Amino acid sequence: MRASLRFRAGILSVALLAAFLLVWQVSVGGTARTEAMDPEYAALMGASATTGKSAMPGPLDVAANIWRHLKDPFYDRGPNDKGLGIQLAYSIGRVALGYGLAVIVAIPVGFLIGMSPLMSRALDPYIQILKPVSPLAWMPLALYTIRDSGLSAIFVIFICSLWPMLINTAFGVAGTRREWLNVARTLEVGPIRRAFTVILPAAAPTILTGMRISIGIAWLVIVAAEMLVGGTGIGYFVWNEWNNLSITNVITSILVIGLVGMILDQVLARAQRLVTFPE
Amino acid sequence: MSTLLPFRRRPQRAAPDAAAGGARMSDKFISIEGIARRYPAPGGRTSTVFENLWLPVRRGEFVCMIGHSGCGKTTVLNILAGLEAPSEGVVIVDGQAIEGTSLDRAVIFQGHALLPWRTVLGNVAYAVSSRWRGARRAEVEERARRAIATVGLAGSEHKRPSELSGGMKQRVGIARALAIEPKILLMDEPFSALDALTRGTLQDEVRRICIETGQTVFMITHDVDEAIYLADRIVLMTNGPEAKVAEIVENPLPKARARAALHHAPGYYALRNHLMDFLVTRSKTLRDAMPAGYDPRHPPVVRPAPGTSDAEAIVAGTEASAMRA
Repeated sequence: MRASLRFRAGILSVALLAAFLLVWQVSVGGTARTEAMDPEYAALMGASATTGKSAMPGPLDVAANIWRHLKDPFYDRGPNDKGLGIQLAYSIGRVALGYGLAVIVAIPVGFLIGMSPLMSRALDPYIQILKPVSPLAWMPLALYTIRDSGLSAIFVIFICSLWPMLINTAFGVAGTRREWLNVARTLEVGPIRRAFTVILPAAAPTILTGMRISIGIAWLVIVAAEMLVGGTGIGYFVWNEWNNLSITNVITSILVIGLVGMILDQVLARAQRLVTFPE
Repeated sequence: MSTLLPFRRRPQRAAPDAAAGGARMSDKFISIEGIARRYPAPGGRTSTVFENLWLPVRRGEFVCMIGHSGCGKTTVLNILAGLEAPSEGVVIVDGQAIEGTSLDRAVIFQGHALLPWRTVLGNVAYAVSSRWRGARRAEVEERARRAIATVGLAGSEHKRPSELSGGMKQRVGIARALAIEPKILLMDEPFSALDALTRGTLQDEVRRICIETGQTVFMITHDVDEAIYLADRIVLMTNGPEAKVAEIVENPLPKARARAALHHAPGYYALRNHLMDFLVTRSKTLRDAMPAGYDPRHPPVVRPAPGTSDAEAIVAGTEASAMRA
């Protein structure tokens, strides 16, 4: 009897990982040739130039580093040396704030656009122009007007989360089946009750799709935004560790960023399943 | 509205029979008065679905409208429901011109139109709580359960529409319409999407419920046999565009009619042939040229006379019952 597809996929995944780790380990193992150089210059250049050892860590170094971070994720030894947990908390906090603000704005405005053809046509050109703008292009404007780098990062998250939610909400609301609206009309349901009992449940799966796209984008953008803004956050941590030439920490951060992004996506995927109705 | 009237059936069953002799003006419970529906057509013109349409419906009467697709049947029903406004004319219900939709006029939609995220109970309770705003939850649920039981779905209250068959979904649609105790029931080809067996059962149920409650019903159908079985009067529409009410056919069959014995009843074949003739040929020829003296305000009322085929059917029916005895 053949093992279940799930089991075989698991085996293959583990095998691929093992192969990748092996190749990685082998390729960073050797040492390059060293050059005779001025001792003072050598001291400036660091280990990669003097001993021939690459700054690229092996998988074991990264594993040890991850373990170190896991053991003590929340330490704080000054502005440039904070635990990975603290950095992540800053990033997640910024995303939560910016994203939350975007939800508060996008869903009501999306409702308005979806329900009113007039508003839909009137606002369409602005949405079409602003939507493709890279969120980071807003950064200088935000820094100048808000005059606070932390708030600017939140604003950038807000602006990048806004569009998918806005467009999906409008689309979902406008796509509410005519027959469901007719049911509400024949039952003399008022506009507010209709919005909450017919349109919102009908549009909820589409709205949640928009929210899921938005959270993905927000998590992509926060890393870049924090690299620009600096100070705290996982994006800043990555850039700081690049300046420290700690590739180990950079790789660790990449893994952690991916993991958190996956969790955020899964949370919304679950929420989406809750509001999806079978036809 | 905090206090609830007990769930009751309106005892109006005697009314239609008493009035069956002649259509007196005072009997007009619903009066469609000169309505028209026009749509803008390309080229700045307007296309007219129908115009100057007059039709009275008595209280407690079951009226079926028959016609080919495109004759504006659904539009008439939507105007009655208040979902569409006529381009001209008015509809008067119970002495008042209608304006928009009303809880007094319940609609049973062709595609059942249940809210898929609500359960059976939730769908019916939604209608009940719209009718009696501010009613207590338990009362709403009680009424909803009773309406669900009326259509024979007790036990399926917590199923979602996706778990139900087509016939059961339409039953929920009927329960939702009945639960708000409307004055008028409007049905837009409610059984056209169902298989023949389910359709028959649901026709029986609807007939039983309507007779028990004395409900005034306006129903659209394609199905001649459905109209014969259910209707007191059958409205024939000529083909569209610019459809007209060709005639109103009185159903000669007794109000108490059983499906099994229907085709042995006197007048059945005359009625059926009349309707079939109309759908096959006259709906077209009448559109092109109405007979002289046709008055759209008073469409001719017809009562098909029993023919030879009826006599044969009656004989066959008596022979069959004699053999059984």
